[in-house]
Amino acid sequence: MNTVGDLLHTVTADNISDGRKRLGKSMVWGSALLCVSLAVFQAAYQAERISIGFETWRPILYAYMLWATALCFAQVIVNGEKGKRTLFVLPAALFVISLVVFPLLFALYISFTDWNLASPNGPQPNGWDNLVQMWNDSFYWNALKNMVYYVLAVGVEYVIAFGLALLLNAQIRARKFFRVVFLLPLMLSPVAVSWMIGKSMFEVRFGPVSRLIREFGGEPTFFGNPEIARFMIMAMDAWTFIPFMMIMLLAGLQALPREVLEASKVDGASGWQSFREIVFPLMLPVSVTAVVIRIIFKLKLADVIINVTSGGPGGATDSVTSFIFREYRDRSNVGYGTLLAMVYLVIIVIFVTLLLKLVSRWMERPA
Amino acid sequence: MDGAARMTAIFKEHEADLRVNTKWWASRIAIYTALFIWMVVCLFPILWTITTSFKLAPDVMKGNLIPWWDFTPRWKGWESIGLSPRLIGEVSTVREEFLKRFWNSTIISISAALLAVLLGSLAAYGLSRFSYRFGFMKNSDISFFFLSQMILPPVVLALPFLILYKSLGLLDSRIGLILLYTLMVLPIVIWIMRDQFQGIPIELEEAALVDGLGIWGAFTQIVLPIALPGMVAAFILSLVLCWNEYFFAALLTSSNASTLPVMVASQTGSQGINWWSMAALSSAAILPLVIVAIFLEKYIIKGMAAGAVK
Repeated sequence: MNTVGDLLHTVTADNISDGRKRLGKSMVWGSALLCVSLAVFQAAYQAERISIGFETWRPILYAYMLWATALCFAQVIVNGEKGKRTLFVLPAALFVISLVVFPLLFALYISFTDWNLASPNGPQPNGWDNLVQMWNDSFYWNALKNMVYYVLAVGVEYVIAFGLALLLNAQIRARKFFRVVFLLPLMLSPVAVSWMIGKSMFEVRFGPVSRLIREFGGEPTFFGNPEIARFMIMAMDAWTFIPFMMIMLLAGLQALPREVLEASKVDGASGWQSFREIVFPLMLPVSVTAVVIRIIFKLKLADVIINVTSGGPGGATDSVTSFIFREYRDRSNVGYGTLLAMVYLVIIVIFVTLLLKLVSRWMERPA
Repeated sequence: MDGAARMTAIFKEHEADLRVNTKWWASRIAIYTALFIWMVVCLFPILWTITTSFKLAPDVMKGNLIPWWDFTPRWKGWESIGLSPRLIGEVSTVREEFLKRFWNSTIISISAALLAVLLGSLAAYGLSRFSYRFGFMKNSDISFFFLSQMILPPVVLALPFLILYKSLGLLDSRIGLILLYTLMVLPIVIWIMRDQFQGIPIELEEAALVDGLGIWGAFTQIVLPIALPGMVAAFILSLVLCWNEYFFAALLTSSNASTLPVMVASQTGSQGINWWSMAALSSAAILPLVIVAIFLEKYIIKGMAAGAVK
């Protein structure tokens, strides 16, 4: 571990005895050995090689946690002051690694098996079968295509959010009141929203919106028609998440340098001109951050779809997440579902990396 | 005459001034109209849900909206989850069910948010003050590693976790959800806190070190009190995200540890046109956060604005 270039310099003269170093190392290796031997023992029990074992893998989890704790303490015991610095980042790093990297490796394994929780056989590796099945699964491609639409909808959300941020930034009374009101949708859980809006306000027979449409002589259909249903899902999702972008943009607007705006006013720029020539370009970095984060959130879209349309009609509103959710719920198809999720992850990583590259090249600054 | 003419000039009633005046009024009206329209868009669904929870079937069918004027509020909806003045003293299984879910949601979201703020603040502080090297990873790589978790869609982790939790005996347990939720909000916390710590001058800690505190002493006694508002912001933002989380809760819990969103979702299908009870349940699920939003709005905005403006 190299600590050259610390912002906060510390001068320490650690005098760590050999005995202390040995103690630290033996703590780490001892607990690691305990963890591994327990795991081997339990694996043997599960494979019915030996007759005694634990009911679940929980003791191995405890041993693992013991190892992680020992690793953290050993940093200080072995490295002294330097270890205390490591101790800031190590717990979070261990936490993320054990909860992301291991499950991801495990996911990679199950995505190439035919594991169905309903079948008694357990996982059987089946090579490329899942990939072939995915290739021919029109519903999955359809869900991916829907994700493109959903992501494109972020553009419209951005325009609305920017408008609202400008409104809140104008000279208005009761600014705090409007800010709280505009923030409220973000607080609501998507599940509650899907009932409040999707299942009651837009209910075809008695919902207030359907009634309004009938007043004007129209015939309401919201979730029967594929295009309208998809639009409704977008609208509901936008309703909850517009405040998110709005607040980021508002923070950006409030941080704009006053002098520049005043100078433009003195030079006689009209409102629209000063927006186009000054506010918008200055807001570009904030806008990009807001849009990129919003896109990342959008890629996880599922709750509203699961609860309002469950993908229907005919998969028109399916997002990848909701599709995989049903794949598991209806068919317990863990292996295939995991493969779809892994493919989705790969697509997302490529997409987001390209997006960030593009953005940073375009703005000539690291995003 | 001459004096009067000058008076009008002073009071800006010259033709050109009047034109500016009308323009100013027009922009006022436009701004307030737009604000008002969006206010209706934001508030109407909430208002609709809360009023519906006090309606009877005929009121729902007729679309009555304003209490006491076109319908009489009744407690029927709230009775269906056992929370009404009449039933509050009695034993009610539905209420117990509801409170259990409510309690699960509270415990899970508060513990996950606390854990995330704890782990995230430590990591963010370390990354903003020291330079590390884990193998090939330098500070910027470690930061990127943490932040990149935000991209990870929950669906990728869901099924492996389902199987892992099953073998660990953590399925349908609060601990299991707490761990996952912490993982979910950790990148956001690190993002907010890194920004906060970068804003604190290092001289403060240097002075503390000179005065004889260790780095952990300087962190807990000097830096933490200054960074507290930022930590509260990160905590509240995490709380909101955890409280509303549905996907993991729906997959990984069944009867014991399921949270409020799962309860709301499971009732939507079964209740049919039994709107008043769904409305009461939804209102009860959203009210805590509506209250949080009203009173702690400052922190929520602070949390989301951090990192947006550099």
